[in-house]
Amino acid sequence: MRCIEVVELMTDYLEGALSPRERDRFEEHIAGCDGCRAYLGQLRVALRVMSGLAAEPVPARIQEELVAAFRNWKSGNV
Amino acid sequence: MGEGSDLEALRHGDEGAFVELTSRLHGPMLRLAMAYVGDHHVAEDVVQEAWLTAIRSVDRFEGRSSLKTWISGIVINLARARRRKESRLVTFTSLLRGEVGRGPTVDRARFVRDGTWREPPRRWENMPEETLLGKETLARVGVAIDALPAKLREVIVLRDVSGLDNSAVSELLGISAENQRVRLHRARAAVRKALEDYLG
Repeated sequence: MRCIEVVELMTDYLEGALSPRERDRFEEHIAGCDGCRAYLGQLRVALRVMSGLAAEPVPARIQEELVAAFRNWKSGNV
Repeated sequence: MGEGSDLEALRHGDEGAFVELTSRLHGPMLRLAMAYVGDHHVAEDVVQEAWLTAIRSVDRFEGRSSLKTWISGIVINLARARRRKESRLVTFTSLLRGEVGRGPTVDRARFVRDGTWREPPRRWENMPEETLLGKETLARVGVAIDALPAKLREVIVLRDVSGLDNSAVSELLGISAENQRVRLHRARAAVRKALEDYLG
């Protein structure tokens, strides 16, 4: 396996979608290749950054309106 | 708190649980709505409407999918409807026709003739957290995601921003696991590239 091919298998690897044989060859390459290991590490960093994007507080105005709607629903339901 | 107890708490009108849930899911839902409507204010509207819809229909929710998947589905439906309705979003909509794309995801110039790295990528693992998760880094990744073709954007937001698993995403978007992986691969490669342009 060459680096130029290994980089295109990164997602299949992370998703557990490689066949056992492909996975072994992939891991064997990665173990001996600093560049591909760094690339995989960069993808993992990208994943961490993206999950950080989800941390966004609810604006107070919206939270208040939602809670009011929830109380309304509750009073009609409980 | 587990998914099942979230659902029970909601059904029993537990306000604390509702506030906690809306706080926890706001970011993922907002990003998801943004992936379709492209405008922050419109996306906020969609999220709010999604919660109102969820409150009204929580008694009918059968719990076959997770609560988060279910609410994501509501956001997608509302955001798609909103996108169709709002003509002022038309410039953004033009991006929505974007295709998945094909070909290599890493510039061929990065490799020498035998297919090995010309210059290997840098290691980011040891960079300080405040750089990796700083405002500027997050903003750049946000911009990179917004610039993706719609078919890639919806997949990467659901998987990597919202953190839904592959089966939930295949179900929500009605696409095969393979198709999802192809889209995810291209999308992640683009985000990595944007990070590399910034971090070096």
